[in-house]
Parts: sequence; C-alpha cells; structure tokens
Amino acid sequence: MKKLFSFSIALFAFFFIASSSAKTIELLNVSYDSTREFYADLNPAFAAHWKAQTGDIVVIKQSHGGSGKQARGVIDGLQADVVTLALAADIDALHEHAQLIASDWQKRLPRNASPYTSTIVFLVRKGNPKAIKDWGDLVKPGVSVITPNPKTSGGARWNYLAAWAYARRHTGNEAGAQQFVANLFKNVPVLDSGARGSTTTFAQRGIGDVLLTWENEAHLAQKEFLTEGYEIVVPALSILAEPPVCLVDKNVKKKGTQAVAQAYLEYLFSDEGQRIAVRHFYRPSSPAIALKSAPHFPQLELVTIDTEFSGWTQAQKTHFADGGVFDQIYAR
Amino acid sequence: MSLLRKQHSVLPGFGLSLGFTLAYLGLIVLVPLSAAFLKTAGMSWADFVAAAASPRVLAAYRLSFLASLVAASVNAFFGLIVAWVLVRYAFPGKRIVDALIDLPFALPTAVAGIALTAIYAKNGWLGQWLEPHGVKIAFTEIGVFVALTFIGLPFVVRTLQPVLEELQPEIEEAAVSLGANRWQTIARVLLPELFPALLTGFALSFARALGEYGSVVFISGNMPMRTEIVPLLIITKLEQYDYRGATAIAVVMLTASFGLLLLINLIQKWSRRHHRV
Repeated sequence: MKKLFSFSIALFAFFFIASSSAKTIELLNVSYDSTREFYADLNPAFAAHWKAQTGDIVVIKQSHGGSGKQARGVIDGLQADVVTLALAADIDALHEHAQLIASDWQKRLPRNASPYTSTIVFLVRKGNPKAIKDWGDLVKPGVSVITPNPKTSGGARWNYLAAWAYARRHTGNEAGAQQFVANLFKNVPVLDSGARGSTTTFAQRGIGDVLLTWENEAHLAQKEFLTEGYEIVVPALSILAEPPVCLVDKNVKKKGTQAVAQAYLEYLFSDEGQRIAVRHFYRPSSPAIALKSAPHFPQLELVTIDTEFSGWTQAQKTHFADGGVFDQIYAR
Repeated sequence: MSLLRKQHSVLPGFGLSLGFTLAYLGLIVLVPLSAAFLKTAGMSWADFVAAAASPRVLAAYRLSFLASLVAASVNAFFGLIVAWVLVRYAFPGKRIVDALIDLPFALPTAVAGIALTAIYAKNGWLGQWLEPHGVKIAFTEIGVFVALTFIGLPFVVRTLQPVLEELQPEIEEAAVSLGANRWQTIARVLLPELFPALLTGFALSFARALGEYGSVVFISGNMPMRTEIVPLLIITKLEQYDYRGATAIAVVMLTASFGLLLLINLIQKWSRRHHRV
C-alpha cells in the first residue's frame, strides 16, 4: 500500500514536471469545404515545427463546411483560434456582426492575408465529348453546367464572378454580362448548397457535362475518381481567388493562444507551408515557390475581385444580396 | 371557474401537474418560438414583406405546402392500408415488415436524402429506367414529394395501428349480418371510427413534411422559383447573416402551420361529435 502510494506520488510528480516543461496547446482552425485534405497535411508539419522551436505540443483541430456557415458558427460562439475561409467577405462578417476581429485584419499578414490562391476551372467528362474549351461554350444549348448556389457557397460566387468577368470582356458591357450569366444559369439543372455537393452531383450522380469548381477541387475529384477519366479544362480567363486567413483576436486572447496561433498562420506563408499548398494544388503566393512550381499550374489571365468588381463588399451587394442580380436572373 | 375546480378535484395534484405542464411547454416550446417572434418584431412592415413575401419565397411556400399536403394525403391513404394489413392479417415476416415501418424515423434524414437521390438520379437503380421515358424524379418537384412521403409514412401507420387493434372484427361481422355490403361496412362502420386517428396521422405527417430539411435538399436540386423549399430559404438567409429575414419567413411558416394544425384539430373534434353515438 505504501509502495503504491509513493509510486503514484512519483507518477504525479513526473506528469507535473513534464507538463510544466512542455505544454499541450489546442488550436481550432475553422475553414471551408475544400481545404480539408490540405490542412490535414499541414497541421502535423506545423506541430513538428512548433515542437522543435518551443518544445510545446500543439494539437490542431479542423472544422470544415460551407464558408458562410462556418463564419456564422464563429459569430455564434464557436471558439475558433484562426479562420481560414473561402472569401474575405466571410471574415469581414466576423468584424461586422460580432467585433471578434479588427477591421484592418487583412493588413496584418503579408499578401492580403492570403497564403495561397486558387482559380476557377472546368472539370469535364472523359474525352470532353461536348468540346468545352472556354466560358463561351457553357451557354451553348444542350450543355449542362454544374455549379453550387452562389447564395450559399463561397466557391459558387467565384464561379459566377469569373463568368461575369469573361462576359464583360467579351460583350463590352454590363448588360451583356448579365445576359451571358443568365444564359449560363439556364443550363444549370441543379444548384447544390456547397462545392462538395456539386462535385458529388457531377461525379457520382453523373449529372452535367461540366463542373465549375476550384482548381484544387478539380484535381482532387480527378484523383478521387481516377477510373472515370475526368479532364480539367483551363479557360483563357478566370478569376484570382484569394482565400484569406485571420486570427480571431477575441478568442485567442481568452484562451491565451495568441502566439502559437499567429505562428500557425505565419507558417502558411513559410517555404514549407507554401510547398504543402502546392502539393494540394493551391497556387502559392510566395514568388520564389511560385516560380519553382510553375509547371504544375497552367498559365491563364487572372482578374482580381478588386479591379473587376471593386472588392467583395460591393460585389456581394450588387450580385448576391437579396434582390441582387443573381435573384433577378431567376425572378424572370 | 368553481365548476372547473370541482370537476378536477376528484383526482389530486391537478394544480401541480398543470403548473408543470405549462412550465415545461413554456421552456421547451414557447421560449425558442417567442425568440423568433421577438427578432422579427424589430422589423418594419415593409422589411417584413420584402423578406417574407418576395416572389422567390412565395414560390417556396407554394412548393412546401403543396408537396407536404400531397405527401401527407398519399401517406394517409397507403398508411391506412399498411396499418390494416399489419393489424388484421397474419403472415410470415410480419414482425420484420412492422419494424421496417419505423426506419424513416430512425434514419438520419441526410442519409435518406442521399439514398433517394442515388436511386432516382439518371444513373440510379430506378432513375435509369424512368428517365428514358421522360419521367424525372430527382431534382424536380416530384423528388421533393417522394422524400416527404418517405419521412411521413410512419406517422400515419403508428397512429392508426392501436385504434385498429381496438376495433374488433366482430363489429364488421355485425354490420354484414345486418345486411351491409363491403363498401357500406367500410364507409359507414370502419372509416368513422378510424377518421380521428387518420386525421392525427395526416396532421403529424404534414407537419413533419413542412419542417423537413435534411432529406429534401439533396433530392430537390434547389432551383430558385422551382424546387426550393422554405427551410432552405431560411438557411440561405442565415448564410447571408440576414437573421431577421430568416426569422420573418419562420414566423410566417409557424403561423400558417399553427393555423392548419388548429383547423385539423377542430375537424377532428367535430367528426368525433358528429359520428359517435
């Protein structure tokens, strides 16, 4: 009995000393649908990096879903240390609706707080039977296009805006762009609520001739459904999607995780973080890594939301708010 | 008031149990619901109309109420037959069939939605035979109806079963021996007895269908003006941080559902008085 007692004291002491020298810290990364595999890969790499630097063990939990829904979760009290969402507007919402972060959040990290970028490409069926090469082919009669609902999906908003940007170049005016986008959505038989849902509709239900999706999601679907032989078609012009990342100030202050959460986000911009992003078909934002990984990413003209649509707030108001252009397309 | 008290004083504990009932109902049902009403109370009438009566929302009300009504009616008819067979006849495997009825209760609705979509999509088991003949089910209004029928069936069967079990076959025999033919037996003897329970089953199935989200969003295709159900529009508004707009639609749904359920209750009461001797 006495032995057992002293043993347990020793055990307790051991854990006490062990825990005081190396803390175990838990971080929660709230992200969107198609980053699941990327962060599953990056998190252990960061944990090893942090352990080597400080000796502390960091465990990162991931949460994924539609970008808007995820932001709403954080606003409603989900204790995220960092958010890594599909578009800046959803992170802006954390400031607007709950004051969880400062309004200048996008200036606190390099390159608009977007460690990786992506763009919108087409995924078509084996052999590209409908000969889809560019945006213009999507409005042809008999072509069935799969995209999620821009009202609920961040990715779908990028799809919509990329089509709009193409059409405005092509027709030279806003009215022409609206007509083009309206015609495009006439060819859409199903509007899923998120990007993953659309991939399922296209790949597993066999619906549609072309799927509009993130470049990385297209590669992922191609790998996942190897036997189907889906092909990626890169249009001549598309939109530069910059999914930004941000520290949730209020939550990290409360949890005392500011330093490690900040290091986690900075790690995304490091060479190692950038290389992992490339492995998952995100375009790196670091010029040096971009140069090296250039062969993986086809060249195309990329327009930005700021120059084409005067930023997210404006685009959201004009196109996706209730009664906006997207609603008008369907109201007719 | 004194009459009321006298009536209930036979059994002790009325005050306590009623107090408990009201407190419980208030906590579980009324507090969350009143939150929805409070949220919309801050809206101006014009905002409320813009949120809850735009063409897109009106189209969704139409689909949600119509598809739920049709699904509940179909369930009432076929559910009655199923319950009848399960109560009145003995056959091998009856227990298994009986247990199958509850599956739509137990299955997570998203699973049901994905399974139904997989079956009815154009490359699915049934869809591949139907689509060449021009019958599209997945991603149309019919798909919504199919999902709502699926989730509503147990409500009708399970409310009818105990009533049918109470209904002795001797009553039918008596009717026949008094000269009633089959149709007369069903219409004059059986249906009046079953009607209140059938109506309850119908109401439950209908109410469940109105609120159903998980299974429908997968099979409906979510096309604005055509196959969007009301719960989807509520979620859509929430995703845009439009909490007030979402609660405005919820309030309309709540009021309409409450009205309909109240109406069904009244019909039930009337039919009891009308038919019972």
